[in-house]
Amino acid sequence: MNILTRYLPKGRHYVIGAPFLWLFLFFVLPFVIVLKISFAEAEVAIPPYSEVFSYVDQVIQVTLNLGNYIFLSEDELYWAAYLGSIKIATVSTLLCLFIGFPMAYAIARANKEMQTVLLLLIMMPTWTAILIRVYAWMGLLSKNGLINSTLMSLGIIDSPIQMLNTDFAVYLGIVYSYLPFMILPLYANLVKHDMTLLEAASDLGASRFTSFWRITVPLSKNGIYAGCMLVFIPAVGEFVIPELLGGPETLMIGKVLWQEFFNNRDWPVASALAVIMLAILIIPIILFNRNQQKELEGRL
Amino acid sequence: MKRWDLPKVMLIAGLLFIYLPMVVLVIYSFNASKLVTVWGGWSIHWYVGLLDNTQLMNSVWRSLQVAFFTSCSAVIIGTLAAFVMTRMPRFRGKTVFSGMITAPLVMPEVITGLSLLLLFVAMGQLIGWPGERGLTTIWIAHTSFTASYVAVVVSSRLKELDLSIEEAAMDLGAKPWKTFLLITVPMIAPSLAAGWMMAFTLSLDDLVLASFVSGPGSTTLPMEIFSSVRLGVKPEINAVASLILLSVSMATLIAWFLIRRSEKRRLKAMQLAYASEAEEAAGSRQRTA
Repeated sequence: MNILTRYLPKGRHYVIGAPFLWLFLFFVLPFVIVLKISFAEAEVAIPPYSEVFSYVDQVIQVTLNLGNYIFLSEDELYWAAYLGSIKIATVSTLLCLFIGFPMAYAIARANKEMQTVLLLLIMMPTWTAILIRVYAWMGLLSKNGLINSTLMSLGIIDSPIQMLNTDFAVYLGIVYSYLPFMILPLYANLVKHDMTLLEAASDLGASRFTSFWRITVPLSKNGIYAGCMLVFIPAVGEFVIPELLGGPETLMIGKVLWQEFFNNRDWPVASALAVIMLAILIIPIILFNRNQQKELEGRL
Repeated sequence: MKRWDLPKVMLIAGLLFIYLPMVVLVIYSFNASKLVTVWGGWSIHWYVGLLDNTQLMNSVWRSLQVAFFTSCSAVIIGTLAAFVMTRMPRFRGKTVFSGMITAPLVMPEVITGLSLLLLFVAMGQLIGWPGERGLTTIWIAHTSFTASYVAVVVSSRLKELDLSIEEAAMDLGAKPWKTFLLITVPMIAPSLAAGWMMAFTLSLDDLVLASFVSGPGSTTLPMEIFSSVRLGVKPEINAVASLILLSVSMATLIAWFLIRRSEKRRLKAMQLAYASEAEEAAGSRQRTA
């Protein structure tokens, strides 16, 4: 490390600078602009919003229009959409955890050769389009889809059940799409556990449940943490799943933002919605980043 | 321990849950019937029909172009970022830097999409570029979020590397950039390939970011699929979706196989090196005895 640092100073700034500049320009700066536009007024113009800063008669004027935020806070629809998103994301995250934990546990306990194959099977769906995997469920869940027709031919139900375009389908879609993102960090954590601890516990008379609850679960805290954040944060802002699988009564903020932007062409309100969503998610995101920084630097 | 315990049962059930819908989709794409839900015998009718659909084919070509350039630039930026995170000692602003790398992994796409669009509009007003949004703006948007995935994949490999090899090269007088290109890059090549593949498929899949930052005439494949899927299940879309599923899983399998083979070779070479070292040591002991 010493030799490395001795040589680095000259080129070092370029090496840090290049990715830093890119990420700053195309990831951080845009948020500042979103914040700015959220204080603008919608106008019929190109671009469709009023100027926040103006320079007239040697005076720089800043017009902060709080109207968008007041409008959002007074309309029940938006409250319902935020609360609905948080509820759906929380429940889906817990479902992913309860389904994903035993799966990750089983992979971590398999032999080495089997582990690589199982990991590939878990990872592969994360590389294929979420759109297509959601679309696959549309065909299965629809009124005359495979599930309904199978249930009817078996005589379990008489008439098709409405499954597509319900909240049930949204939960199913989110769990289905995000399950791999829960399993992978859990596996990475569980595979490092020292099995002798569990043996010691059982030698000392602990039941399998006790040793699982008091040894495995506390040790896998970081994995649970990372997995839950990887599911919860993007799920709050999910658009594709509620749009395709949800019904008209499924209120999620990602869908509302999309409609404000694309259907109503109200960029300032869409920006205000994004700012509030970010304010809700900022603490989980910071916690996730801290956890990931240790991971990136190899301090975990 | 029992042979069949709860985790194993859950694992198998979970894998079935993940794969069955996709298998059903692929099977139904060969359905001869125009009614998507009624089985009318096997047919490749819908696949043949795709070739005549020029609108769809054009969007496939556009998506492939964007994905190719995205994965190349994402590998460069992501690798640099990973290098900074794993090799540089703490510097001021490192936490911010690390946050900028990892936050895109979880940031809801509607937020990133909207913010990038507003940036492009503001830039267009301020410096006149980009005057019109299109494939270039989609490329920038995709590079920004896929670079994070590359950084995570590459940094996990960089962490495992034995620093002494890089140090040896520099002790022998190699400049840092030369050491990086001749020593570090070959050693992390499998993860660069994996990162490239990942960025390629992520870019190929993206709907939300592309919808925000695209312009007239730059409809990508996911946007094309989405606009027809919105209206319900269609046999043509079944065929496109199956083709995407098959090509992505083939590519993943090939990448996985290549990475595994190179890992195995490396392990073997290392074992050989240790074995010959041990032999030499044994030989020298015998001579001294």
